[in-house]
Amino acid sequence: MENNPIESLINSPITEGPIMEDVRHGEEGYVDMKAKMATKDLTVSYAKVQALKGVSLNIYPNEVTALIGPSGCGKSTFIRSLNRMNDTISVCNIEGQVFLDGENIYDPARDVVQLRTQVGMVFQKPNPFPKSIFENVAYGPKIHGLAADDEELHGIVLGSLERAGLLDEVKDRLNVPGTSLSGGQQQRLCIARAIAVRPDIILMDEPCSALDPIATKRIEELITELKAEYTIVIVTHSMQQARRLSDKIAYFHLGSIVEHGETAEVFENPVDERTADYVLGRIG
Amino acid sequence: MTELAFKGPSAEQLRRRHLAEKRFRLFAISSVFLGLAFLGVLFIIVAISGADAVRQAKMLLTISLDVDEFEEGKNSNSAQISKADFEGFIKKSMRSSFPDAKTRRMKRELSKLVSSGAAYELREFILTNPNQIGEEITIWVTASDDVDMLLKGKLNRDLPADLRQLSDQQLLWLDQLMEQNKLEMQFNWTLFTKGDSREPEQAGIAGAMIGSFYSVMVCLLISFPLGVLAAIYLESFAPKNAWTSFIEVNINNLAAVPSIVFGLLGLAVFLNFFELPRSAPLVGGMVLALMTLPTIIIAGRAAIQSVPPSIKEAALAVGASPIQAVFHHVLPLAMPGMLTGTIIGTARALGETAPLLMIGMVAFVVDLPTTFTDPATALPVQVFLWSDMPETAFAERTSAAILVLLAFVGTLNLTAVILRNKFETRY
Amino acid sequence: MREATQGSKAAPQKRFWTERLIMAVLILCSSVAILTTIGIVASLIFESIRFFQIVPITDFLFGLHWSPQMAIREDQVGSSGAFGAIPLLVGTLLISAVALTVAGPVGLMSAVFLSEYASSSVRSKIKPTLEILAGIPTVVYGFFAAIVVAPWLRRGGEAIGLDVSSESALAAGLVMGIMTIPFVSSISDDAITAVPTSLKEGALAVGSTRSEAIKKVIIPAALPGIAGGLLLATSRVIGETMIVVMAAGLTAKLTLNPLDAVTTVTVQIVTLLTGDQEFDSPKTLSAFALGLMLFTVTLALNVTALKIVKAYREQYD
Repeated sequence: MENNPIESLINSPITEGPIMEDVRHGEEGYVDMKAKMATKDLTVSYAKVQALKGVSLNIYPNEVTALIGPSGCGKSTFIRSLNRMNDTISVCNIEGQVFLDGENIYDPARDVVQLRTQVGMVFQKPNPFPKSIFENVAYGPKIHGLAADDEELHGIVLGSLERAGLLDEVKDRLNVPGTSLSGGQQQRLCIARAIAVRPDIILMDEPCSALDPIATKRIEELITELKAEYTIVIVTHSMQQARRLSDKIAYFHLGSIVEHGETAEVFENPVDERTADYVLGRIG
Repeated sequence: MTELAFKGPSAEQLRRRHLAEKRFRLFAISSVFLGLAFLGVLFIIVAISGADAVRQAKMLLTISLDVDEFEEGKNSNSAQISKADFEGFIKKSMRSSFPDAKTRRMKRELSKLVSSGAAYELREFILTNPNQIGEEITIWVTASDDVDMLLKGKLNRDLPADLRQLSDQQLLWLDQLMEQNKLEMQFNWTLFTKGDSREPEQAGIAGAMIGSFYSVMVCLLISFPLGVLAAIYLESFAPKNAWTSFIEVNINNLAAVPSIVFGLLGLAVFLNFFELPRSAPLVGGMVLALMTLPTIIIAGRAAIQSVPPSIKEAALAVGASPIQAVFHHVLPLAMPGMLTGTIIGTARALGETAPLLMIGMVAFVVDLPTTFTDPATALPVQVFLWSDMPETAFAERTSAAILVLLAFVGTLNLTAVILRNKFETRY
Repeated sequence: MREATQGSKAAPQKRFWTERLIMAVLILCSSVAILTTIGIVASLIFESIRFFQIVPITDFLFGLHWSPQMAIREDQVGSSGAFGAIPLLVGTLLISAVALTVAGPVGLMSAVFLSEYASSSVRSKIKPTLEILAGIPTVVYGFFAAIVVAPWLRRGGEAIGLDVSSESALAAGLVMGIMTIPFVSSISDDAITAVPTSLKEGALAVGSTRSEAIKKVIIPAALPGIAGGLLLATSRVIGETMIVVMAAGLTAKLTLNPLDAVTTVTVQIVTLLTGDQEFDSPKTLSAFALGLMLFTVTLALNVTALKIVKAYREQYD
């Protein structure tokens, strides 16, 4: 199953030149060497349904890139292609390329396990393992052998919890199950779990959609802090959140990016009519 | 913050982990393979062994039916014919074919080539053709199981004479019979038309099949109506109280009680308390019914649950009483699911052995049962009985009985699957 | 309109009584299950009490010697043998242990393959094929164990210089284990599929290999369901009769060596109650005491297992 996208990739010709019509900066359609990650002609289909139609996007380091758009537009499919989570779906077929530091992650020689340690992910619904708080965070460093001894492991766990802004709340009860925390705490635990393996990039798929406004605010602050150390890609339904958090924004519509660029610019001066309707709240 | 820079797992560590992944996957695949391989081996071994039982060695005898041997000669009635010495006819015929058998020992060896059932076959023949009395007839009779084994290559003629069932002289005679085309393999009708016997060549599974049929009929007649009505009550009418939940827990646990315990129940209650006849398909069916009941109730409840409540509500809304709504509208829709569960339960009852042993359905029964209270065995019990017999010829018959049993059980289960696929409706 | 009104005056009365009757029949039908249980418990306890009046219950529960067939001394208690059930229990546990050693890992790993590795088309073919194993009558397994597997093991043992009994616990246990594979596999499959996908994705997203996700996250999360299933499997294996009747021994031997012939509770029940019997002898009554023991143990296992499985299902619902 994991081989299919790779095979089709080897066989597919690499298309040259600009693909998108709605270009803002004139840089689209090719891979910017300054980008941390970049996709080129990324096409994803589930069985016969095409979810992404030749998407190209550059994602820059230490920035928050927000992906917005109506439901079913392909944002989640796109973000799941960046760490090859779509590999787990057997009917999923992927064409095109995704570059991480200039290397194609769909290259047959590329190790998915290694890739996912470099590109972490936080999901829509908090999904702590049914283990203790400590074990949740320690899970990644343990399987990857990142800590030489217990002391170092402890350091990594506490450090990650601190960076996720959770340490103060849980430091006295590291052995209670992760599932006993509140929704917002669970999500921060999941962020700590993701950063414990020291990724370069963190993907967040609507991380606040299951949380109340206060917990959401907490996570948003955290994202802004984390930006200094990580490259962050976030899918969100909330226009305000995208505007508050992101440096760059990409607007997805029916499997394509119809507009992207600096957040402020897209919000203040949308070029595409569909984007304008959406960001100004006329549809969506 | 340099310590935060990306530092993934080492290449060596990754290689080891991917190797572990491959090992794990291999373990998983071989687990599935083990189960499938066993299934394959079981079927192949039983099929190869059972296929031999379909043919049986038969011998062509020329017999002169002397008028003097019958009480009233050509005018003998059935009762008088039956008194004739059929074994004598066969012995005489054998001796006239092989006049070289002079000593008592040789004569005995000669007559052992023919099955002891040959006399019955001759009697049957004369009873249906009484006009042949006084004539010389030729008739195919069953050969003994040793001859059968020899022809099937399961008796090694190269062994020293005292280690094999057939003597050198017997082998010589058999070779002569073969040359004269008087010894050949024919379809083994006996296996499918006769009851049990101590002699493998005369043993058949018909008695066991009839016994199984009667037991399963009784089982169905009791468990199906009881199961369906109980499912309807529990799912549609029972108040949600402690008593109902006690019944539910009870049914779930009953489904997991070892089958032999049901046999003990049958022995203590049906046989010893109510003094119903031992070895009878009636009692066997009753025990199987109690065993099948939980399966049918559980399947029945699931079937009723899958019918959307809107259908019942629609019936209630036009003024039907709750009972009418359930029996007129819910039950017909739930019926395919209930039938599927019933068929699966029946298949299990058909293959069940242990409880039948307890109520005495292990008797040695030669006559075919004709009523629900005649002593009988059942197909799986026949397999059990034959598998214990020392004769090689019983081994292939055991396999044949297994094949027939598997065919019945398989057909039932397949019917259930087809029924489920055909009527599977998503509301 | 008038006619309808008149008609419906008499009708409800009749309908009322018919429905009362139908309801009574329905209640009666659903209480048959209760009656069955009462019947089982009553007959087992009644006969067991008669047995324990002849043979002291302590002799039965703690005795190390089982030989109901022979009368050792005329004036002996029960006057027809020794009724210590311990060798039977040990024999039953030995064969069950062999069976679960096969069915546990193989069933669980089959479930892992079907739920985590196989594509849906492979799964839809293999799962029903594997379930054929569960539909085969146990007498067929018994035949296979006695006629095929036991001689194989014996010859295999000879080849490497081991003395394997022709009625070894190993042969019966192995075949019983294979019979139980689809049962364990199907319950483990249900338990594994009930684990939310988000947990698996969470494990994969931090860079687990599939097997690491399965071993460290999915199986631990599914453990209560799997454990409940294993308990149910244990209860089935303990109560299984035909395989052991045909492939295990008849004489009670107190041993833990799976290459030896041992006998089980169910084998003894069958042996004691088939053939000619006088119903009041301690020999036949002891079968009911064994039956009571079997019923109690399997019931305890089932109740516990069903509770665990139920609690597990509710956790992820």
